[in-house]
Amino acid sequence: MIDTTRPFTVAAFNQYLSEKKLMASRCTRCGELSLPPRAICPKCYSGALEWMETSGKGKLSGFTSIYIAPTFMVEQGFNRENPYVSGIVELDEGVKISARILGVDPKKPEEIKVGTPVSAAFIETGEGEARKTYLAFEAS
Amino acid sequence: MKPKFRQLPRKVAMVGAGICKFGAYPDKSSRDLFVEAYKDLEYSVDKGLDPEVIEAIYIGNFSSDLFERQGHTAPIMADSIGLVPRPAVRVEDACASGGVALRQGVIAIASGMYDAVLVGGVEKMTNLPTAEVTDTLATAGDIQYEIPVGFTFPGFYAVIATAYMHKYGMTPEHLMKVAIKNHENGALNPNAQFGVTIPAWMEGRKAAAVKKGKPVPAWHDEMEFLHDDGANPMIAWPLRLFDCSPITDGAAVVLLVSGDLARVFSDNPIYITGSGQASDSPLHDRAYLTTLAAAKLAAQEAYQMAGVSAKDIRLAEVHDCFTIAEVVATEDIGFFEAGTGYLRAEEGVTRRLGEKPVNTSGGLKAKGHPVGASGVGQAVEIWKQMRCEAGERQVPGDIPLALTHNVGATGNTCVVHVFARD
Repeated sequence: MIDTTRPFTVAAFNQYLSEKKLMASRCTRCGELSLPPRAICPKCYSGALEWMETSGKGKLSGFTSIYIAPTFMVEQGFNRENPYVSGIVELDEGVKISARILGVDPKKPEEIKVGTPVSAAFIETGEGEARKTYLAFEAS
Repeated sequence: MKPKFRQLPRKVAMVGAGICKFGAYPDKSSRDLFVEAYKDLEYSVDKGLDPEVIEAIYIGNFSSDLFERQGHTAPIMADSIGLVPRPAVRVEDACASGGVALRQGVIAIASGMYDAVLVGGVEKMTNLPTAEVTDTLATAGDIQYEIPVGFTFPGFYAVIATAYMHKYGMTPEHLMKVAIKNHENGALNPNAQFGVTIPAWMEGRKAAAVKKGKPVPAWHDEMEFLHDDGANPMIAWPLRLFDCSPITDGAAVVLLVSGDLARVFSDNPIYITGSGQASDSPLHDRAYLTTLAAAKLAAQEAYQMAGVSAKDIRLAEVHDCFTIAEVVATEDIGFFEAGTGYLRAEEGVTRRLGEKPVNTSGGLKAKGHPVGASGVGQAVEIWKQMRCEAGERQVPGDIPLALTHNVGATGNTCVVHVFARD
């Protein structure tokens, strides 16, 4: 049973991620779905929202293989010789989100196709207090 | 929300424009660059500038806080040119800071609040190592939902590129043509950071190899050079180094006055007749990845305000932070149909002597991209072109109407201005 009483904050979204759940917010007035979640509906401006677990299934809308990485990714071992793929995924529910993309070859980006079916995966780094979960999708 | 389209309540004239040479200057701070640009502006005011007339100052600056450890930049800039105690306002909208500062100046004059204001933009980026510059620029993205999954700014625009390639059949080679064109223009701009064509760059690399006794690269043409992983390394596929604007120190400034004062300052004033701005959600939260909706809205607002359309515009300075951004920009401002910008670029339509010249200054790509200054730098190029003062890169013939298009981050802020002659 998912605790759906959490506030619509970044911390709550990340807490769900650490529980391996990709959660969106849904407006109880007009039904508009928001991912990442929002505390106010962008369509009808209502503040009445509820958490909804997504299917975690979708397709790749756009992607890139990053060779020049930001500092925190360099610290994880990524660089010119070891690139990684990030992208934007459109879920079956119609909403999109940024994520790491796994299960593709970052060194052969020309072989990666927009439209590739993907499903949610979760990358865990660090231990104890420093433990963090990042959203990823795996090409299926 | 339905935008209400308005007219400017009174005319706004640009009567002076100045810029420093863009580049990397270890011994100069923001204020030094700003002073240089201001001195250049003083020289540009046909009938002379008495600084006493300036009533307020708007400064576009993205992140002096992180680049130079200096916040509260606007009064420092005002003080550097002797203009305290006038109100000085810093405007921050990432890479659109300069264009949005210009818009604040336009609003201030058009509203009747002030009769003469100075609008500047400044950024001093090269103090930090490249990795920290990348991290600083990333703060313009969404640090909660975009940046933690590894995105960089080249990465975001690479996503736009892959979505565009998939939808319209563009290839990375089309993007290379944009870089070649902008370096051709930059080579004719004495204020450009990279004032060399790509063939000249290649010759330089060959000469350096000979000097060092290393094997001389055997590139036959620009395309071969641009495909060389060593000379033009991949940054974020499909974008390589030459698809990206550089890290730059620079400043630019313009003087705006009310229309009735224009001739007091200038023999040949340029009027800002349309101004549009819009904002947008993070890239992933948009219906389409292949267009910047906020840029289309900003252009629509600016055109309606000016009472003109895209076909009337002779030339444009657009926000080519990456080559793909120029392709998308030329579609968003209505120069070309969606999905055809890359074809028109390949045909040479956007070259300096083409039908619709884009980025005659060399663009952000070759002129350089001191982020908070770029939007004002675009206005300086329009000033020069419309007054036939662009030297070797002057576009021939009369230029009655021109446009600037300035983007913050991935189009979270877009601002467009239309410029007209008398």
